Amino acid sequence: MTAPAAATDLPVLKVDHLTMRFGGLVAVDDVSFAARPGDITALIGPNGAGKTTVFNCLTGFYKPSVGMITMTRRNGSRFLLERLDDFRINQYAGVARTFQNIRLFPGMTCLENLLVSQHNTLMKASGFTFAGLIGLASYRAAEKAAIDRACHWLEKVALIDRADDAAGDLSYGDQRRLEIARAMCTGPELLCLDEPAAGLNPRESQELNALLLAIRKEEGISILLIEHDMGVVMGISDRIVVLDYGRKIADGTPAEVRADQAVIAAYLGVADDEVAAAEAEIAQ
Amino acid sequence: MAEVARPVEAGAQAAGAVRVAAAAKDALLAALVAGFLAVPILAYRTIDGQTSLELVERWPLVALAVGSVFAGRLLLNLYWSAEHVPGAGAFAAGLAPLRFALGGLGRYLGPIVVALAFALPFMPFSNRYIMDLGILVLTYVMLGWGLNVVVGLAGLLDLGYVAFYAVGAYSYALLSQHLGLSFWICLPLAGILAAFWGILLGFPVLRLRGDYLAIVTLAFGEIIRIILVNWQPVTGGPNGLSGISRPSFFGLEFKADCEPGTFCGFFGVAHSPLYRIVFLYYIILVLALVTNFVTIRLRRLPVGRAWEALREDEVACRSLGINTVNTKLTAFAIGAMFAGIAGSFFATKQGFISPESFVFMESAIILAIVVLGGMGSQMGIAAAALAMTAGVELFREFELYRMLVFGIAMVLMMIWRPRGLVGSRTPSIALKDRKAISSDLVKEGHG
Repeated sequence: MTAPAAATDLPVLKVDHLTMRFGGLVAVDDVSFAARPGDITALIGPNGAGKTTVFNCLTGFYKPSVGMITMTRRNGSRFLLERLDDFRINQYAGVARTFQNIRLFPGMTCLENLLVSQHNTLMKASGFTFAGLIGLASYRAAEKAAIDRACHWLEKVALIDRADDAAGDLSYGDQRRLEIARAMCTGPELLCLDEPAAGLNPRESQELNALLLAIRKEEGISILLIEHDMGVVMGISDRIVVLDYGRKIADGTPAEVRADQAVIAAYLGVADDEVAAAEAEIAQ
Repeated sequence: MAEVARPVEAGAQAAGAVRVAAAAKDALLAALVAGFLAVPILAYRTIDGQTSLELVERWPLVALAVGSVFAGRLLLNLYWSAEHVPGAGAFAAGLAPLRFALGGLGRYLGPIVVALAFALPFMPFSNRYIMDLGILVLTYVMLGWGLNVVVGLAGLLDLGYVAFYAVGAYSYALLSQHLGLSFWICLPLAGILAAFWGILLGFPVLRLRGDYLAIVTLAFGEIIRIILVNWQPVTGGPNGLSGISRPSFFGLEFKADCEPGTFCGFFGVAHSPLYRIVFLYYIILVLALVTNFVTIRLRRLPVGRAWEALREDEVACRSLGINTVNTKLTAFAIGAMFAGIAGSFFATKQGFISPESFVFMESAIILAIVVLGGMGSQMGIAAAALAMTAGVELFREFELYRMLVFGIAMVLMMIWRPRGLVGSRTPSIALKDRKAISSDLVKEGHG
């Protein structure tokens, strides 16, 4: 038995034996992994491997059939995410996410999008609407701070000039970046990004890499990302977890994962002679 | 040159022939449809004969109808063809400034309209009829603004809104009859009670969306009405409640005897029933303006932004830590509160209420006002309420065609302005300049 690790060494996110069944289909099968604080952890795998299902379990959109998901915040408080309501996971546990198919509020401006994400802070400042309704100075100050925070993030993602434009009017790449800014405005300690580079051109992917590294460095938060773009994954991840058919097949640094036979087999398939050998084995 | 021109001419001629043929074919089809409709409607007419019911044949009329449809459609196809539709473009262009006036210049238009509304009782043309109509319009403006919170902002389709109006009306009637409370105390109480019922309705429909939400809210509206009809000992059943006390002017009653404690006695003027009407008019005007003020204010607060975000994308809301349950319930409660306040005003104005006043048709009219006005737009809803109530009143002369005109107007609206009179959304906050957001981007909400 080793001595209990200090709070800072505890993984920010620990997933234990996570299983998600939909009827007879096992989408995620006994997956365990951990994300260390300050790391960028990537979750990769072929289509249908169960990556987004893991995300949906983490962020409360699905209740896992089996398993435990522990989130440890910087102040040492711990949350069992599988027991929290989806909105509380963001509010209390400090987990924010983006979506594979962008889910902005298209009819609201970029600024409004970022203010909505600071709802809980502003709601408290507005005395649950009553103080805000009569226009107390304390609320106005809080609103000013929220706008400043939103502007800070708009500048960070280079969308400050479009603050008053509808989010639905932005180009695809801009929408992706706005969604990251919106998630960051909730003040998370773990940012979960579901395919942030999907649909981006190589230059935009490079910019995204720089943005994610900057967020990690300046905010000191941990990032969990699902990605198919290997340029992004290999370039910025500290650790990679590979899923295939709902099972974890590899877990390690980019270099380790790149050399892993199971990963190569999952992504590229296996050579014909190996298949023949396996079939012969079965036939016996 | 001529050699070149000839084939072009021939081509044009051929194209023309094709066009005429297509136009004739289309007109024939229209005539066929007209024939199908005309035969059962026009061909036979029953009249009271001396001994029995007799059938009169009117085939020439059918021929006339079919012929005129054919000719009209043919002419329309030939001279007003789809390639150059002058009507649609001109109509849209004509509406553009109106839209601009309603949306962009709303800042100036608003105060002007409010000033006109305040001055209305002192206008030379104002009389009892105008004042009654004004009260009616303003009641619907207030109801429209209240429902706008639920439908326009939060995107929750509510077909049973009149239930809260009824709750407010009966709350006031019962509280004043049994406890002797005055109108001014009952007004907020009725609002709170209606808000409570709004929350009560909110709980079962939290998980419902779209059509299902609409059906359950519709049923809720009917349940309230049926309770009012059947709970005779309390609500008086179909006979309703009468003798509901009228509001007093700061303690001064409006009575004809002009005793010291009455309005005419205190001010030393001759009694006129018009004073009370004008007083009621100002009450509803102020109540409507308060509704407007509160709604505009709420829209700029986190709760209002959360309502709109909920309309745009509920899943994203939850991922951002917004408690969607509370957000939906507050929308229902605040919408219901305004309806309750309007209901208690309705009760004191009428002096008599019965379940007859709270049928589904009322919910439908209020919803039509919100949809017609442009969801989420305060100015548009006021304009729509004016059109839907005063406009319908104006057509009273043409009783027979009133619903027809109404129907045609609705169809035209849905073609040209499917998102209502004010089809754009004004952002709740702006860094530099407020740009109207096109309705193409704004979601209607799924419930």
